[in-house]
Amino acid sequence: MKTLRSIAYARSGDKGSSANIAVFGRTPADYAWLREHLTAAQVEAWFKPLGPGPVVRYDVPNLEALNFVLPGVLAGGGSCSLRIDAQGKTLGQALLAMPLDLLPEHSHSTD
Amino acid sequence: MSRPLKIANASGFWGDQPDAAARLVARQPDLDYLTLDYLAEVSLSIMAITRAKDPAASYARDFVEVVQSLVKFWQDGGRTKIVTNAGGLDPHACGAAVCAELARAGLTRLKVAVVAGDDVLARVQAGGPDFKNLETGADVATVAGRLVTANAYLGAEGIAAALQAGAHIVITGRVADPSLTVGPCCAHFAWTAADHDRLAGATVAGHLLECGAQACGGFSTDWLELPGSHDIGFPVAEISGDGTCVLTKPAGTGGAVTVQTVKEQLLYEIGDPGNYLSPDVTVSFLTLRVEQDGPDRVRIAGATGRPPPDTYKVSATYRHGYKAHGMLTIFGEQAVTKARRAGEGVLRRLREAGCVYRETLVECLGTGASVGGIIRRVPENDLIETVLRVSVAADTAEPVKRFTREIAPLVTCGPQGVTGYASGRPKVMPVFGYWPCLIPRSAVKPVWQML
Repeated sequence: MKTLRSIAYARSGDKGSSANIAVFGRTPADYAWLREHLTAAQVEAWFKPLGPGPVVRYDVPNLEALNFVLPGVLAGGGSCSLRIDAQGKTLGQALLAMPLDLLPEHSHSTD
Repeated sequence: MSRPLKIANASGFWGDQPDAAARLVARQPDLDYLTLDYLAEVSLSIMAITRAKDPAASYARDFVEVVQSLVKFWQDGGRTKIVTNAGGLDPHACGAAVCAELARAGLTRLKVAVVAGDDVLARVQAGGPDFKNLETGADVATVAGRLVTANAYLGAEGIAAALQAGAHIVITGRVADPSLTVGPCCAHFAWTAADHDRLAGATVAGHLLECGAQACGGFSTDWLELPGSHDIGFPVAEISGDGTCVLTKPAGTGGAVTVQTVKEQLLYEIGDPGNYLSPDVTVSFLTLRVEQDGPDRVRIAGATGRPPPDTYKVSATYRHGYKAHGMLTIFGEQAVTKARRAGEGVLRRLREAGCVYRETLVECLGTGASVGGIIRRVPENDLIETVLRVSVAADTAEPVKRFTREIAPLVTCGPQGVTGYASGRPKVMPVFGYWPCLIPRSAVKPVWQML
């Protein structure tokens, strides 16, 4: 099963009770594909069990990146959250594990 | 144009490698500055609690040990200066401790300055619509009686002034993390507050530096492929007078500085990349150009800046009850089912004994619990082992204390194969709520002083 990991790398972190996940295309073609297919709605659906608010996507074409902000996804974050990952350290890895065939049209442009 | 300023980071957070500073100057004695960051969002509230028992616990005492570790370097003629937010709640106390250390080493020629004025607790406690929670919109009156700290993120101004006056070590309380880097740049290149693009470039450099080894491959997606991952280098920014920089690391250290490691760190803990807010300048990351400039050298150019907001961000914290986490290892057939039943059983027994919690959580580590189980690679009961983690939070300490006594008994009343209980009872920890808000610049008076 092909996952986002095959075409992207990522970095996640916290800001209060919110987290951000930056996703980078490994090639310009990968980035073009991500930009077209990886929407805020899909990221929100993927992390739904963690209860994020409305996810916002920022496009950063000069860095071939998409930056997703997931409000309230850390159950209080920082000192308040009871979770083993109160700071969103794992979210980048979790997003890279998303199967490509969950996305609407999965014929990858560089296949 | 003067030569680039070489600024390294030697601490990305309170608890980072204690020998990073000494190793950096040993490997690269021509560094102009070391910056050391100790203050996460709720670090100051931890200091506020420990200060009640010990006045010296109002700052990051680890920094005094860092000074001790650099004494020999300075005695031998080393010139690297230091900018740090180790002052925490009491930069003057931290400064006094550092001066005492320098005096002991015969290094009184090194001047120490402190930057203060970030403490706005009295203002926030007085309340008002200005201080509503930036995340929730709630009125500060809902927590006013429980506020522990409120500190404005100051900018580079006080740091730059102290350095221009000849300080070798500048100790601050709460300042914006990138300002630890922007301050030395302003002092060295004589930039003004109107040099928005240059300030933006230095802010980007400071943002890359502030998490230590994370800019050099630490925490990166492809960490397994890094050379020398046992000893990843701390980052060095060579910042030019036009605000562009080259990010690199000392020769002989592990990890890597590549376009990938730099891009990952650029977007770490970022919201809108077109509007990165700092007290020095509002930065757009959308104009940045990042390119490899040699082995372990990446050039970052193109930062654009606009005037900063007319408010400072304030990081306030309030007491929010207590919590504890208990962990045990469960090995054997149906380990996860057993662990879950054991954890739920502890909570049920406590509830039946009258304990009231505002929140509880049972996690079985190994099942993908870190992300709420959204990814499962194997059926849960194919796992031969799991770590049971049970957590509770309550408004008062008593039910949490009771909980901490109920984990170890699972060794005799729980399933066969419970182990890993040797670390003793869990600790009752105070919980601090995070209250981000804004304060008008006119209400804050940054001050600096040479000791």
